[in-house]
Amino acid sequence: MRNENIYQSIMPAVYVVADNIYSPIGTTTAQNFERIKQGISGIQKHKNKAVSDTDFYASLFNYNENDNFKKFNVSKFEALLIASVQDTLKDAEVEVAGDKTILIISSTKGNISMMDINADDPHLQEKIALHTSAKIVARHFGFINQPLVVSNACISGIMAIITGMRLLQSGKYETAVVVGADEISKFVLSGFQSFQAISEVPCKPFDQNRTGITLGEGAAAVILSTNQKYAGRIKVLGGAVSNDANHISAPSRTGKELSGAIERTLAMSGLVADDVDLISAHGTATNYNDEMEAKAIALANLDTVPANSLKGYYGHTLGAAGLIESVISIQSLKQNLIIPTLGFETIGVSDPINICTQLTPKRMKTCLKTASGFGGCNAAILFSK
Amino acid sequence: MNINYYITSNVTLTNNVVYRRERPVFENRSADLPAFLLSVYQYLETSYPKFYKMDNLSKLGWLATEVLLKDTDIKQYQPEDIGLVLSNANASLDSDQRYMQSVADIPSPALFVYTLPNIMIGEICIRNNFKGEDAFFIFEKFDARFIAQYVTDLLASNVLQTCICGWVDVLNDEYKAVLFLIEKTKKEQAIPFLASNLNAIFDNLIIDKI
Repeated sequence: MRNENIYQSIMPAVYVVADNIYSPIGTTTAQNFERIKQGISGIQKHKNKAVSDTDFYASLFNYNENDNFKKFNVSKFEALLIASVQDTLKDAEVEVAGDKTILIISSTKGNISMMDINADDPHLQEKIALHTSAKIVARHFGFINQPLVVSNACISGIMAIITGMRLLQSGKYETAVVVGADEISKFVLSGFQSFQAISEVPCKPFDQNRTGITLGEGAAAVILSTNQKYAGRIKVLGGAVSNDANHISAPSRTGKELSGAIERTLAMSGLVADDVDLISAHGTATNYNDEMEAKAIALANLDTVPANSLKGYYGHTLGAAGLIESVISIQSLKQNLIIPTLGFETIGVSDPINICTQLTPKRMKTCLKTASGFGGCNAAILFSK
Repeated sequence: MNINYYITSNVTLTNNVVYRRERPVFENRSADLPAFLLSVYQYLETSYPKFYKMDNLSKLGWLATEVLLKDTDIKQYQPEDIGLVLSNANASLDSDQRYMQSVADIPSPALFVYTLPNIMIGEICIRNNFKGEDAFFIFEKFDARFIAQYVTDLLASNVLQTCICGWVDVLNDEYKAVLFLIEKTKKEQAIPFLASNLNAIFDNLIIDKI
């Protein structure tokens, strides 16, 4: 093992200076946290023939909200990104037009819903391109550096924060505005349905009766800074990414590669397994994901650490998931309060990890957030007081 | 930070020609994209049945990697020390269109799985047992400066010991793949890992190797 503690000690600290969640549950971090504390979920049954021939459960913005997006004169996906960034900027002094500031955008499918709705638009290909949306959002706020777009399946949100951390530690930038969003369209829902991956009831992460995922839409943003004036805020201590090299749509059989990313994250952070106070797992409620994740958590000697999955509140929000769940984790650290795993009743994974079932007060210093996705990718990131 | 790493191999697939270290090694002028990709596969004289079920983006990136790594000592590295940092302009739009056509009839899971650009990275990792850091970025145009800086940081901080990086883009009949193997030690025919050299190779200009 290389001595990565030295790496940590010479790198500037990266602080989380503002955050937002813009979801069907609420439009600020505070509103979201307050509501999920009360057990409120965004998941509802939907009848919408334009999206699916059959009824389906998902966490979606309601029709009034959808009308609201139109006022921005941009697509719904871009409006989500803009709304989330706008709210974070209220809480931080960011020199948006400064050359030390970068905008990082995370999404899996961006404007793909245009393929369902505006299939005949001659500029469709250009409008769907993620760099086009990135440019629209950057121009809206006046960012001068070219925005960076991460599109790496379901780990995109965590990868975007890790990328932001690295770009700040390299000294090239001082501030990173990291935002992610995805919307649920016929394209995405029909795809997961074709995989038989959609649960017929709201998803039940890590439960013995889990039968698949529930999708959700939303956005979230964090502002990262290396400016010492933010000392005392929550820090991003480390993060790592790995690949299973096993299967493009099924996770590792052993969990060894996710476990490797977790161990690397801890080493980079100068921490050991005993230092982790909370795990915010990916917990999609598919059979294979939850089983692999439990194995990885046990392999990393974290099986007794309280763990939760937030998919029962938000559904799987794809490119926004890593960001939404990171923001909730950060709030959990600040309030010393662990959110229970909605939908979970009885442990249904072969390694009995410690799934949190009740709102639990606990003095905490650190939280590990993990995710895995198609293409065999895994990511872990560590937040600390 | 003044660190010197090296481009120890590079490959370009464009306009029906395969270039290795800027020299043409294979061409099939009259073929359309699927036929060209199949002919490159046959030229490699390898057997990998999974190749046939891949989408065009994965086939292109997979073939480019095969040529890139030919006669290199990539096997000396630990799987966790080998990473991929790839980019393009159109993500998986080429396959998104094909999948959407299937939705009108019966949505195809075999097509849906390729509607993410990093599936190509997954295919390359499965073939070569690469388990290190991977990342997929979307740019309007190839951003050599970003790639050079980001990959240099990953190597300098020992996240990786070697990295395959570059551009793989497909949309309808248009395609281009340019990949670089970046290593920490200088080898025969190596050139400095600089944005200017990435751009020169990307634009198919002659590199001064002295």
